Amino acid sequence: MRTENTTGKTAISLFDAAHRGRTASFALVILLYAVLRAMQAGGGLSSLFTSLLVPVTCYIVAAIGLNLNVGVSGELNLGQAGFMSVGAFTAVCVSGRLAATLPVPALRLVIAIILGAAAAALFGFLIGIPVLKLQGDYLAIVTLAFGQIIKSLITNMYLGFDANGFQFSFVENKCKLEPGGKMLLNGPMGATGTERIATFTAGTVLIIAALFIVYNLIYSKSGRAIMAARDNRIAAELTGINISSTKMLSFVVSAGLAGSAGALYGLNYSTLVPNKFDFNTSILILVYVVLGGLGNMTGTIISTIVLVLLPELLRSLQDYRMLIYAVVLIMIMLLTNNEKVKTFFKTVRSRFVKTAAAGGKEAA
Amino acid sequence: MKNGFVKKALAVLTAAVMTAALTACGGAAPAPAAQTSAEAGPAAEAAESAGGAIKIGGSGPLTGGAAVYGQAVKLAAEIAVEEINAKGGLQFELNFQDDAHDPEKAVTSYGVLKDWGMQVSLATVTSAPGAAVSQMYKDDNIFGITPSGSSLAVIYQDPDNAANPYGNVFQMCFTDPNQGVASADYFAGHPDLGSKIAVIYKNDDNYSSGIFAKFKAQAETNGLEIVYEGTFDDSNASDFSVQLTKAQAAEADIVYLPIYYDPASLILTQANQMGYAPTFFGTDGMDGILTLEGFDTSFAEGVYLLTPFSADADDDLTKNFVESYKARKGGEVPNQFAADAYDCVYAIAQACEAAGVTADMSASDICDALVKQFTSMTFAGLTGQSTWAESGEVSKSPKAVVIKDGVYVSAD
Amino acid sequence: MEFLSYLINGLGLGSVYAIIALGYTMVYGIAKMLNFAHGDVIMIGAYVAFFALTGLGLPLIPAVLLAMLVCTAMGVIIERLAYKPLRQASSLAVLITAIGVSYFLQNGAQLLWSSSTKVFPAVISSGFFSLGSLSISYLTLITIAVCILVMAGLTLFVNRTKTGSAMRACSEDKGAATLMGINVNFIISVTFAIGSGLAAIASVLLCSTYPSVFPTLGAMPGIKAFTAAVFGGIGSIPGAFLGGLLLGVIEILAKAYISTQLSDAIVFAVLIVVLLIKPAGLLGRKMSEKV
Repeated sequence: MRTENTTGKTAISLFDAAHRGRTASFALVILLYAVLRAMQAGGGLSSLFTSLLVPVTCYIVAAIGLNLNVGVSGELNLGQAGFMSVGAFTAVCVSGRLAATLPVPALRLVIAIILGAAAAALFGFLIGIPVLKLQGDYLAIVTLAFGQIIKSLITNMYLGFDANGFQFSFVENKCKLEPGGKMLLNGPMGATGTERIATFTAGTVLIIAALFIVYNLIYSKSGRAIMAARDNRIAAELTGINISSTKMLSFVVSAGLAGSAGALYGLNYSTLVPNKFDFNTSILILVYVVLGGLGNMTGTIISTIVLVLLPELLRSLQDYRMLIYAVVLIMIMLLTNNEKVKTFFKTVRSRFVKTAAAGGKEAA
Repeated sequence: MKNGFVKKALAVLTAAVMTAALTACGGAAPAPAAQTSAEAGPAAEAAESAGGAIKIGGSGPLTGGAAVYGQAVKLAAEIAVEEINAKGGLQFELNFQDDAHDPEKAVTSYGVLKDWGMQVSLATVTSAPGAAVSQMYKDDNIFGITPSGSSLAVIYQDPDNAANPYGNVFQMCFTDPNQGVASADYFAGHPDLGSKIAVIYKNDDNYSSGIFAKFKAQAETNGLEIVYEGTFDDSNASDFSVQLTKAQAAEADIVYLPIYYDPASLILTQANQMGYAPTFFGTDGMDGILTLEGFDTSFAEGVYLLTPFSADADDDLTKNFVESYKARKGGEVPNQFAADAYDCVYAIAQACEAAGVTADMSASDICDALVKQFTSMTFAGLTGQSTWAESGEVSKSPKAVVIKDGVYVSAD
Repeated sequence: MEFLSYLINGLGLGSVYAIIALGYTMVYGIAKMLNFAHGDVIMIGAYVAFFALTGLGLPLIPAVLLAMLVCTAMGVIIERLAYKPLRQASSLAVLITAIGVSYFLQNGAQLLWSSSTKVFPAVISSGFFSLGSLSISYLTLITIAVCILVMAGLTLFVNRTKTGSAMRACSEDKGAATLMGINVNFIISVTFAIGSGLAAIASVLLCSTYPSVFPTLGAMPGIKAFTAAVFGGIGSIPGAFLGGLLLGVIEILAKAYISTQLSDAIVFAVLIVVLLIKPAGLLGRKMSEKV
């Protein structure tokens, strides 16, 4: 399951794609935001789609982070949901604690997201120390294991807050709160009664920030080092690149992005359970990344939107919904990897690019 | 750029949706959720349903690991709606959405239902998703009564202090604390059952941990001795050898199981395999154990449980319901969830009739009328006589039964 | 005494993990893919065995054979339809497809057989015998015995038969194997067939010990067995056996002596520690990198 060691040739073309994709991804996000906002203002956005706005942005940010891991640095991470979980529960606790003292929701949201991202990044660093010593599939398994451990630990944490301050207990709930106190973390039941302060605008800003960070990283010296290490570890090491520090950088950034996504997610629902961030969620985000294309951020954004919408659009199929979803998933994987289909779309694409370029020249 | 991908994805998607839509039409799928056109605002939707049927929404897990509960609720609610509609008079239309036992999906389902023009709701089947949407029911002032979302977080904005109820979200099932207290009181009142209590509960489940927390507190008050507390969770829900060995080593003569019947069936089987035979005592989630397909009911002999519903009861109401349910579900016997859902629909119907609710009223007006009715009426259904407090909590007394020769016998 | 009883229970659970892990490890060794749908093949096996025992009223052995037959056919069909077209694609694409297959099987099972739990009949002796204060169920002993038999049979097959040699050749180098006249596609099919057949045996043992049959039944044992396979060194048959047994014992002992809540965290923590000390698992081979 090693992410393919792409040959030098594809790596360069990937790099070019990212270059072009950079403008495209920003444009896409801003365009979508403008259109959806306009529809919302005109009352044209159904409750269903309104309820999907924030979670979609969260998944996009988490997927962009994961793509940095899987696509750019070539480390298969099966525990992205764990980092989301750290970010989400940190943010929920921070926001719950500040609710009384800081009445401005927007400010609280920003603080909570920053702290959530920081906590996840810290976890990313700590976990990265052992994880990045491993390679290939073994690395993947260890991230899976850490994802499970994080879930298991959060499931056993109890954090209460009342007039006397914080109370924390592990495994068994020993918090004895004064009347009026609040359980910020209630073990397996997670957090309840969270004020929903996440907004679509915040989510969009977060996506733009994530793209900004990821692109800057890719184009920086470290970014080139990361990709060099991905394509040929030994050659990169021989040219004097410090593999572990470059890998660590991308791992920590990816975790931080997942944390910020989780933070936004956590503050979008009045209830958050630790079980939400299980292996299935990690896999789901990985599916968004693989379908969008490794290293391709614009693709990631589109595939996340399509795959989050898909089960919702299939709702009219009732009980057959998830079955069809599975079939569609398999078909997409088979079609996108079919040589004939690939060549066909390559020609279409090159024609499209040519016409676009010609059109651009004319316009100039 | 990934133009290729988008086109491919869209093409595949469209093809799949179309084929699936065709197959779904061939089947006996009940009225699919209509996507309301984007132009119609909420006000327009309510007006559309004038003179038609009152739209009941609801969501629960229809797929995934908890699907069994959602499927039971959905079917029972469908049966109730059909029966009521067949009588003439008030007409209802049911739209039940899948939330996969996930708060996120519950919120999306709520969006779907609102777009459809839901006027009254069965809220959610499970607790965590319920807690996520209760605030929305409150904000939009839509009446909701959950068949089985038993956590305090479903009806209280501040569940830690049981304060600040939403006021328009009601429960048909017991709240978790209610059952924990009732169990502890039962043990205190029946010392002959045993004196050393072991508890095995599911610690990642609201229902189970909720009951356990209250049970423990009440057991302390009652001076009961808990000799062992064992837990399990979703990823460990099959092997109970450790918990049972420990309970046996602690010489527990009562094993309290505030859990659902499927893991309970495993515990009973494994206890039997290791030759450990204490008195097992369950809560309402234990109901269903006798009708579990393939379960050797002799393992459940002598098990006590608190339940307001028994599928073997011989009153006409229960008999009719069990028959129609079996007929519709290939012989499966309804459990607690189904009974509660059936009652929910009938309670809504009773309240609507009493309040003179018609299909052309707005959801908000219906909500106000129903809240008034529910807090003042008494409802008699499959699960006994129910009244509701203003907080939305139901008041009906859990009854202890014991399983003898494969049937429930009153244990009082 | 209590310790012994935990240990035996752990070995029983570990045996089931080991048989499932053998399926993972063989497929990985030959096809270099993580077949995340393997757990769901177990679920299918459990349903087939359930209906064979209760619906058709077959005795145990024919029921197991029928389950093996269906699972084997299923494994081969899945491989042909979903994985074979992706032989040249990236391993991630195969992984995602496997997950799609897993969703498909779970949801298909729910539609076909409903989501309600069915209780697996007690076909394997449910008794126990006592040694002092120690009570050991026959079922646990049978499970361990079957696991050892399967393991021995598989080792013989891989080392002593022609097909077995061909499998080893494919796992070393597919290109060279093809040049030696080995039909790689056929060998991969055989591997899936054997892995899925083993899944059927595992499903009967699993469901005899934990008699609940439901559509998501395979998910958790699947992940655990997968962990076991990595633990022992993925691709290695004795490794899967050892990994499975150890995982089962660690899980039960962690539950018994540390905490039932944290047993999963402990299992995974041990896995991480093992991989840090032996990066290719307990019995895995460290591949030297070619420059």
